[in-house]
Amino acid sequence: MTMIQKMSDTALYRSRQRANLIGLTLSMFAMFLGLAALLWILFVLFSNGFAALDITLFTNDTPAPGSEGGGIRNAIVGSLMIVGLSVLISTPLGVLAGIYLSEYGDTSKTAEFTRNVTDIMLSAPSIVLGLFVYAIAVAPVGHFSGYAGSLALSLIAIPVVMRTTENMLRLVPGSLREAAFALGAPRWKVSLMVTLRAAKSGVITGVLLAVARISGETAPLLFTALNNQFFSTNMEAPMANLPVVIFQFAMSPYQNWIQLAWGAALLITLTVLLLNILARVFFREKVKS
Amino acid sequence: MNTTSDHSQQNAKSAVLAVAKRQLLQDALFHRVTQLFSLVVLVALLGIIISLFVNALPTFSKFGFKFLWYVEWDIIKGEFGAAISIVGTILSAGIAMILAVPLAFGIAVFLTETCPVWLRRPLGTAVELLAAVPSIIYGMFGLFVFAPVFSEFLQVPLQSVLMGMPIVGWLFGGATNGLGIMAAGIILAFMVLPFVAAVMRDVFEITPVILRESAYGLGCTTWEVVRKVVLPYTQKGVIGGVMLGLGRALGETMAVTFVIGNANRLPTSLFSPGTSIASVLANEFGEAEGLHFNTLFALGFLLFCITFIVLSIAKWLINRTEKSKGL
Repeated sequence: MTMIQKMSDTALYRSRQRANLIGLTLSMFAMFLGLAALLWILFVLFSNGFAALDITLFTNDTPAPGSEGGGIRNAIVGSLMIVGLSVLISTPLGVLAGIYLSEYGDTSKTAEFTRNVTDIMLSAPSIVLGLFVYAIAVAPVGHFSGYAGSLALSLIAIPVVMRTTENMLRLVPGSLREAAFALGAPRWKVSLMVTLRAAKSGVITGVLLAVARISGETAPLLFTALNNQFFSTNMEAPMANLPVVIFQFAMSPYQNWIQLAWGAALLITLTVLLLNILARVFFREKVKS
Repeated sequence: MNTTSDHSQQNAKSAVLAVAKRQLLQDALFHRVTQLFSLVVLVALLGIIISLFVNALPTFSKFGFKFLWYVEWDIIKGEFGAAISIVGTILSAGIAMILAVPLAFGIAVFLTETCPVWLRRPLGTAVELLAAVPSIIYGMFGLFVFAPVFSEFLQVPLQSVLMGMPIVGWLFGGATNGLGIMAAGIILAFMVLPFVAAVMRDVFEITPVILRESAYGLGCTTWEVVRKVVLPYTQKGVIGGVMLGLGRALGETMAVTFVIGNANRLPTSLFSPGTSIASVLANEFGEAEGLHFNTLFALGFLLFCITFIVLSIAKWLINRTEKSKGL
């Protein structure tokens, strides 16, 4: 009796050990496979990108079909302007909306609904946002423009800023708010000068993440800012920008265009990774203090 | 003397009252202004739905509900159906999820259970950083590097082995140039993998340490803790994370457009070229006029509805997991 029990115990024990071993090995294999695939992508990007990286990339404009050389100066400037303007739009808007969600949002049903819609907009297909902006800002005017591009990117950035601001404000201890209220400060002063100031680095994190998110967005710019072969700082006209240049050049048959596309891809990825790392540094500071 | 002190008291009182009144007004103003800004998101949502629908109206009124399953895309004759691109969208996203979900699960298990503590942070951060890489990079990688490799080392051998097989053989027919539905699915899987893995890891970490440690205390193996404690506890969150990834995969443009082959016919096998809603939009919007233009808006409207539903379910499931955190 005890013998049989013991034997079944050890058999059970062994099969459990086996299942454990198989499961954990598979999970380790998954980690390895995932990392290998992603490192492969980064390796390809870096080796092709650095090969394309030289000074003419920053000093020349995008070349005409069939002509030699060229750079992406116009696209870099265009991207900076489009992204810059959309940061100027989305930061105040997103921060104030985030304040509303965190300071007034607990009791109101609309705020709850807004919060959920914002979360959904975070992952909404960006190409549809491009279509929308085309319908309201390009079709009525009759031409593509840098402004329309900024508007489309703002629609993507606002939810990011909003939700991070809200989350960061919620991390501010309630006693800080109460102390300010006890001194007789009105609510708006408490929100803007006490809570928001305490959550400053967290809010910066949100803005940086938003910039990282929109600087690589291609689809919405395709219908709004389009592209411009020449150097232009006129935001009322079509504007060159890195993502659309990558899209058009990578699909082209010209070897020098493809090389420029790799260079642009490397620039964008490095920017995005750098912004993400910066955001993390800011966030860590916040948690420490 | 008495009257003057009364007077000054009255003055002070009214001054305080004035300040209080002013602050009340300012507060009300602040409340409304911030509320107004938060409504921007709702207005945008409404605007998207209305403007897409209005622009899509000619197509919807011409084809009606038939538009959804009509297999036709003839720009010259003006005959359009959404079936081809819907099938392409769902197939490529489906393949992506089949490949990415088990891998993401494995990565999340590794990061929360088996990984040595000193490696957790760097590996976790690496996964999160990779989730931030712009999707166009995945598209370029797919076109220039992955497609040739896929064609030579996977498509050709798979086809020579499986082509003759009954039942599954047809799945592997077609040209082996590396571009097509399957390639798009794999590239999408690359793209959503870090994202889904990061969400799953976050959800797994919600499991109270006390539950986990009790299970270990009873003699459970790591695998049993994951299967019978962590997974049931975080079930809804895990499904929510998967749905979030699915929502991203369905709406993705750049990673797909480069590799799906952009052919406006129904795919006949996993290797045959196809198209997705997003890639039709990216490819054809520039030259579209008249009914073609309206049809592209109709596709955009459909895509928005599909992803909105998927993402809403995801959000609801994740919310429920986070609420049960207080257990």
